[in-house]
Amino acid sequence: MIHFTPLIPLLPLIGFIIIGLFGKTLSKNTSGLIACTTIAIAFILSLAVFFQVRTIEAHTVTINLFDWISSGNLHIPFSFLMDPLSSLFLLIITGVGFLIHVYSMGYMKGDEGFSRFFAQLNLFVFFMLLLVLGSNYLIMFVGWEGVGLCSYLLIGFWYKNTAFNNAAKKAFIMNRIGDLGFLLGIFLIFMTFGSISYAEVFAQAKFFSSERPVITAITLLLFIGAMGKSAQLPLYTWLPDAMAGPTPVSALIHAATMVTAGIYMIARSNILYTLAPFSMGVVALVGVLTSLFAASIGLFQNDIKKVLAYSTVSQLGLMFLALGVGAFSTGVFHVMTHAFFKALLFLGAGSVIHAMSGEQDIRKMGGLRKHLPVTYMTFLIATLAISGIFPFAGFFSKDEILAHTFEHNKVLWFLASIASAMTAFYMFRLLYLTFFTEFRGTKEQEHHLHESPKSMTIPLIVLALLSIAGGLVGIPEVFHAPHLLQEFLSPVFADSDMKTLPSSAGQGTEITLILVALGIAVAMIWLAWNYFVKMGKRPAEEAEEINPAQRVVYNKYYVDEIYSTLFTKPLDWISDKLYRFMELRFVDGIVNAVGTGVNWSSRTLRLIQTGSIEFYLLMMVLSIALILFIK
Amino acid sequence: MTHYWFYLLSFIAIISAFMVVVSKNPVNSVLFLILTFFAIAGHYVLLNAQFLAAVHIIVYAGAIMVLFLYVIMMMNFKKESEPSKTTLSQFIATIAGGILLVTLTGALRFYDMPAMAGHADPGAGLVGTLGKVLFNKFLLPFEISSLLFLAAMTGVVLLGKRNSNTN
Amino acid sequence: MQTLHNIPINMYILLSSVLFCIGVFGVLLRRNAIIIFMCVELMLNAVNLLLVAFSTYLGDTQGQVFVFFIMAVAAAEVAVGLAILTMIYRNTGSVDIEVLNKLKN
Repeated sequence: MIHFTPLIPLLPLIGFIIIGLFGKTLSKNTSGLIACTTIAIAFILSLAVFFQVRTIEAHTVTINLFDWISSGNLHIPFSFLMDPLSSLFLLIITGVGFLIHVYSMGYMKGDEGFSRFFAQLNLFVFFMLLLVLGSNYLIMFVGWEGVGLCSYLLIGFWYKNTAFNNAAKKAFIMNRIGDLGFLLGIFLIFMTFGSISYAEVFAQAKFFSSERPVITAITLLLFIGAMGKSAQLPLYTWLPDAMAGPTPVSALIHAATMVTAGIYMIARSNILYTLAPFSMGVVALVGVLTSLFAASIGLFQNDIKKVLAYSTVSQLGLMFLALGVGAFSTGVFHVMTHAFFKALLFLGAGSVIHAMSGEQDIRKMGGLRKHLPVTYMTFLIATLAISGIFPFAGFFSKDEILAHTFEHNKVLWFLASIASAMTAFYMFRLLYLTFFTEFRGTKEQEHHLHESPKSMTIPLIVLALLSIAGGLVGIPEVFHAPHLLQEFLSPVFADSDMKTLPSSAGQGTEITLILVALGIAVAMIWLAWNYFVKMGKRPAEEAEEINPAQRVVYNKYYVDEIYSTLFTKPLDWISDKLYRFMELRFVDGIVNAVGTGVNWSSRTLRLIQTGSIEFYLLMMVLSIALILFIK
Repeated sequence: MTHYWFYLLSFIAIISAFMVVVSKNPVNSVLFLILTFFAIAGHYVLLNAQFLAAVHIIVYAGAIMVLFLYVIMMMNFKKESEPSKTTLSQFIATIAGGILLVTLTGALRFYDMPAMAGHADPGAGLVGTLGKVLFNKFLLPFEISSLLFLAAMTGVVLLGKRNSNTN
Repeated sequence: MQTLHNIPINMYILLSSVLFCIGVFGVLLRRNAIIIFMCVELMLNAVNLLLVAFSTYLGDTQGQVFVFFIMAVAAAEVAVGLAILTMIYRNTGSVDIEVLNKLKN
């Protein structure tokens, strides 16, 4: 069964080709069905692979497809690597991907770009699978660039809107900065190890003594790549803008899968990172700062998708924190639970937007609980999960992160706790403002309110079930149950765990930590309830006065403006000057001179071509004589 | 003795070649060209290439020149039908030809052949010797040349036929 | 046939050059396409003569085989060339190359 692995990425690719080529002739239902079917089969195959990987002795299978690049001493086979880590990501991508495909059938029903949407979505899944399946850094990079491309295409899906196009460009360019780091990292890996395949690099890395500067450089460069793709400080600003794309895209690409590529990459290179404690520190610090920063911005956002976007950035920060303190399997665990509840949140938000006929401002919502019961219930479950309430999925993973951080560094733990407290507060603020109290929209919108169709609610329900039960694969030690996920992933992180994982804290400490985290979350939920439901407070309208501190946060710390003044405007200025002087005078001058020269000489030389055969013969004879003479 | 033969044949060849160029009547040109070919065939005999001499006369003098004559007669040129070129053109043509001759002889002047005394095989140009080389080493080109003839034949027939159709 | 030892190869080179240049001269001088064609034949023969001379002087029969092939090709070339000329004459009524300056347009 495991040898069918190449089919998993191939199926979405076939889907993409069929829909992409014949999308215009196929009916909407057919193209949607093709897209869903390919992903569904890929999911079934992934399940089979997932269960088989456990039973294999070495837990890793490499499937060599063909020699891709072979030049000098660089040999790169095109091969897939199956191990617990990649099989888990396969499940997340195809599973959540399938649900979102089904959801999109309902959500995109009325859109004229229906088949284009599904073609691009399938292409995205293909590249994402390539990213996690590749057995060397170059295939990962191909997938990495591919998902970036699809992200660009899908953010700018409604390409007639200039603002959406700008958001797409921003995402693309921001990612490019990170990709450069990633690429340099790959080059450095090749220079250091003479290979870029995981197996060879990691086998060699085991024998490296730690603190080699080159390893630190490699890991930092790779982390720059991760920063771009996973929207960490300072390259995070594209993700909130990326919400311009259709909501299923936000759910699939910008919450569940693509943005976790950075986590996957660092988890994959865990051996390199354990050899570079400094880089680990950087990862942890950037992670926690991003988490805190994004959470604080999330407190004052009024666009339902923007809130979720900042929450995603914040959660990604927590994952990096987990990786940074050496708890690799915990980071992956949070990727999984986060994929469930964040996809659910986005799809729920999509359902709300669908019902509100495109309205995204939570100030104009409210009281939707009665109109959208299914959406409300699932949204509530997801909100509880992200806030870390027992026994929902988010509780287990977040608690594990906090516990590992506590053992590692108390300050980081404190900051992470504040971030998760803010998360609980703004998520419930969002929930209360959207679903509770009275409706604040127009009469017309109220009349139009309706629950979404089955194709949208069923994925919501499935994801809600996963958000409830998904955490049970990683039960903390204090409950004396086996930590299934950690055991499953242990072969991948075996070499790193010995070096980094500290002995677990005492049971007393861990229970205290859990109780503290729960207490904070509950307190925040109560606070939000008090403020937004009981007192009925509303977020200020644009025109109203708000105090300066709030204004700074409301405007996202003016980060976009700072970037604009620091990078964009000077660049614009330089390019303008270059255009004026270099381009217009110098380059254009040369080009024009060449053109004029050719024109003039051809006009003159044309006269020689008399069309008379005798003249040609004469010239030929004279030329022959000349050649002989010169010889 | 052979000296004289060489100079005589060379003289005939050059003079008749010159007459080919300057004759007003195309038929005369053809006849002078045939004379030139005979002189060249004589040279071949002097050079011990008897087979080539025979083939040369058969192919050139016999076949090709008859073809020329036939075409000229078919076109039925009048004697002075061809207007001669302007004096300037004639002058330029002479100069160009002269320049080429001077350069060519100048370029080949210093060519020095090692003496071949006693080495030359008197039978080298006989049919048997040539045939052995032709059918061993050059068998494939020989067969391919037959294809060339076939193509030429088809081409000529086609050219003539299409013409008669349009007329 | 001991004749050739008395005549230096340079004489043959000179003879060929002269014949060749007469051919060139004819091509440049005449306007009748058939005469020009004949001059081209003359040039071909000058080259043939040189090939045979070298073949004999070097004692290598391959040169003569070459001449044989050149004759074969020349025969084919003459046949096709004359057919084309006939066509031109039938269509335009002339084989004067100054009239046939259609290359210009």
